[in-house]
Amino acid sequence: MATLNILIAVCLAYVALLFGVAFMAERAALKGRGNWLRSPWIYTLSLSIYCTAWTFYGAVGYAARSGLEFVTIYLGPTLVMVGWWWALRKMVRIGRTQRITSVADLISSRYGKSGLLAVCVTVLAVIGITPYISLQLQSVTLSFSSFAISDPDGVSLIAGYDTALWVAVGLALFTILFGTRNLDANERHHGVVMAIAVEAVVKLFALIAVGVFVVWGLAGGVGPMMERIDASEIGQWQMDGGRWVGLTFLSAAAFLTLPRMFQVLVVENEDERHLRTAAWAFPTYLMLMSLFVVPIAVIGLEVMPAGSNPDQFVLTVPLTQGQEGLAMLSFLGGFSSATSMVIVAAIALSTMVSNHIVMPIFLRLTQGGASGPSDVRHVVILARRLSIGVVLALGYLYYKVSGGGAALAAIGLVSFAGLAQLLPAMMGGIFWRGATRNGAFAGLVVGFAIWTWCLLLPGFGGGVLSQAVMEQGPWGLSWLRPHALFGIEGIDPLLHAGMWSLLLNVTVFVLVSLVSFPSPLERLQGAQFVNIFDHSDNPQSWSGGIAQSEDLMIMAQRILGPEQVQSFFQAEAARQGLAGYLPEPTPDFLARLERELSGAVGGATAHAMVAQIMGAATVSVEDLLAVADETAQMMEYSSQLEAKSNELTRTARQLRAANDKLTQLSVQKDAFLSQISHELRTPMTSIRAFSEILRDAEGLEPKDLTRYASIIHAEAIRLTRLLDDLLDLSVLENGQVNLNIRDGLLSDVISHAIAASGTDMHAMRVRRSGPAAEIVLTTDHDRLAQVFINLIANAQKYCDADRPELTIDVSRRGGRVIVDFIDNGSGIPPQAQGMVFEKFYRVADRQAGGAGLGLAICREIMGRLGGTLGYLPGQGGAAFRVSLPAAQRMAAR
Amino acid sequence: MKERGSPLFLERRSYRQRRLMDAARLLPLLGVLLWLVPLLWPQGGGPSAPADVEAVATSNAILYIFGVWVLLALAALFLSLMLDGKAETQGGKDV
Repeated sequence: MATLNILIAVCLAYVALLFGVAFMAERAALKGRGNWLRSPWIYTLSLSIYCTAWTFYGAVGYAARSGLEFVTIYLGPTLVMVGWWWALRKMVRIGRTQRITSVADLISSRYGKSGLLAVCVTVLAVIGITPYISLQLQSVTLSFSSFAISDPDGVSLIAGYDTALWVAVGLALFTILFGTRNLDANERHHGVVMAIAVEAVVKLFALIAVGVFVVWGLAGGVGPMMERIDASEIGQWQMDGGRWVGLTFLSAAAFLTLPRMFQVLVVENEDERHLRTAAWAFPTYLMLMSLFVVPIAVIGLEVMPAGSNPDQFVLTVPLTQGQEGLAMLSFLGGFSSATSMVIVAAIALSTMVSNHIVMPIFLRLTQGGASGPSDVRHVVILARRLSIGVVLALGYLYYKVSGGGAALAAIGLVSFAGLAQLLPAMMGGIFWRGATRNGAFAGLVVGFAIWTWCLLLPGFGGGVLSQAVMEQGPWGLSWLRPHALFGIEGIDPLLHAGMWSLLLNVTVFVLVSLVSFPSPLERLQGAQFVNIFDHSDNPQSWSGGIAQSEDLMIMAQRILGPEQVQSFFQAEAARQGLAGYLPEPTPDFLARLERELSGAVGGATAHAMVAQIMGAATVSVEDLLAVADETAQMMEYSSQLEAKSNELTRTARQLRAANDKLTQLSVQKDAFLSQISHELRTPMTSIRAFSEILRDAEGLEPKDLTRYASIIHAEAIRLTRLLDDLLDLSVLENGQVNLNIRDGLLSDVISHAIAASGTDMHAMRVRRSGPAAEIVLTTDHDRLAQVFINLIANAQKYCDADRPELTIDVSRRGGRVIVDFIDNGSGIPPQAQGMVFEKFYRVADRQAGGAGLGLAICREIMGRLGGTLGYLPGQGGAAFRVSLPAAQRMAAR
Repeated sequence: MKERGSPLFLERRSYRQRRLMDAARLLPLLGVLLWLVPLLWPQGGGPSAPADVEAVATSNAILYIFGVWVLLALAALFLSLMLDGKAETQGGKDV
């Protein structure tokens, strides 16, 4: 009696101590003195909730039954921790940047903030964890009764109380008190974490104390202990290879996917650097926890009467040896293991249930949390508290229904296998961008269904499935037998279920992911999760839209509480350079607000709430298309700009060329004016001079009179000719010339030109060649003759050969009639060749008369007639080529 | 996936950090391999166990398994001390 009373007293005192510790930690954190709360050691110790009562009591029982196989449960987590650089580091970073609140939130956020997936994961977690919680209640009850058995009055006493109920109620109270004190998951549960850290120390200390007592107190040292181990019934290495590997893998998977482990590993993580300490400290912790398991089991098998429950050896061995103090410590260790697990699991599950099931329903019922009349903040907290109560109630009910008979470890492994179904979706989500929501959902459903069928139902309360179904399969389908899927028999049931469920889970996940197409939001999130280290800032943004900052504030206040929200908004406004509390709803600000909110209500809900105020239900395809359109428009615009700038460059170049030409023209015009005034002035001067002589001089001889008068006449004629030429040129240039088009032979035109230019009087021979007589031209023959006369006259004037000779060569080439005028003089020097067609140009050193307009007029005439006039270099003398279109002749026929 | 513009060769210190990251990645694989070794041990008790080979004693198995455990923890401790915090934040870019 005394023992049991003392036990209850110690137990209550211990619980009070935990309350105190949690309370102190909360206060210290509140006052900002909680730096020691954020040490990597606290983080490492909080991870120890992996070691539950199943571990504390069950490992010894496990070892007593199957030797060293129990150690696989610890090898998996050790490998995961040691390999933190692979997965944990990434998960923690994602959890921190995306403000992930639970494992369901992680998976739903990764797959486009999918509500369906979140619900699915939550349901799976609740189903998987509830038996586990009932297992903890059972272990506490069992340990109580172990004490009671040693106490004569205890049995009757313990029968009067429902220990499991009281434990469940107490735990619910503690969890509600310290687990739902504040909402934002960023303000982590310091009190809870501190309490479980203390419990971690207690359980390690208790187990090591029992181990030391067993090894040095009972066995007499390490050497004798080893001998006794080898002599015992588990003294030989005996291992099913499949189970060794399979259980290690399962425990590693469960370490990552168990909601409570995710809670302490990721959500409660203060600082990524804590992971480096935990990477070696936690494996050490696990190693110490399992160090004395085999010795305790061996000694227990020796000293305890046959048939006693090996799961209670940790407790019963000290008790039978009269070490009541040690037994008490051991009890506290087990109690700690059970309570810390239940507390964290309840927090994790309640977060998931309230964020992913209760809140979406509430939001839908009230048509949006922001405009609803009730205070969302209170609803969330109430939902969490109720969820905690419900989770514990479920655990208690399961314990009552199942009767608590099965071996402890079995339930734990069933739960592990169930939660491991999350692994493909989780790892695929953070390492493979191609993973889609449909794939994750399909994989989860398939894996979960197989697990339920093969493992959960057969083990549920001694077997829900009838014997017939177990042996012949449902409806006689033997390939669906729960322990022999596809007709493959003889595999260990756990391995069988784990292997098939995970195998098909992964297969379906990958296949569906490969063939399905993710939504835009999924792809966005996928890129962020997989490449988390490239951009740890959250770029998920709201594109445009005018949200009312005030509405956002009202909504946020309901969830996070007024003070926190006001300071957040003020800081945001200050960041934007605004005074007061209302920042502009920039995408940046909205993304940060959403992250703040998601800490409290989960990513999907926060997104939905901001979306409601923003007026956009989700980032729809249209939004993304709009963004893409904008980008495309900008690209188009910039290419237009580029084209424009190219055009401008081109125009500028043209303008510069035009300007050069204008300058040139202006120079030319000046030259023309000075030329023309000079040309006009010369005859005018002599006319004036001689007319003055005629007027003033008296007694001039008639001979002189005639001479002077003829000079004046000649000059006047020269002036007239010059003016005629100028007029001709201007008419030609202005295109006002009237052409007298008629048919005629080219040879006639040439003959006329030769006759008119009076070559007979000169000493120049003219040679003609080519079929000029055959060519009929439809053109202005007078004008053409004018050109020919000019060319012949030029040859007469400028040919400096001793025996000047002009060759007129006619040919037809490619639809054109070519007439070449080639003399045998020295020709035109190359630098002057380009200039001879300019007005007033004269080859300087020869004063042969003429104003230098002849060739310019000729070129204009040829242009009017549709032909060209050009200088033909390299012919041994001056050579001009007249080219006429032959088409007119053809047309004439 | 190399970032454009990242240098081909690194300073000696950065190079050392990269190799430590490689070691951190390989450590769990080493653990897996070492803990797979017990599967090769001769089994006791089973009908398939050869009669002339003595099964490994549990005490030796304990020594081996826990020895590997301590080794892994020490290696992780060494790596966590040597790995630079800055190298960690710039993450898993392969060079």
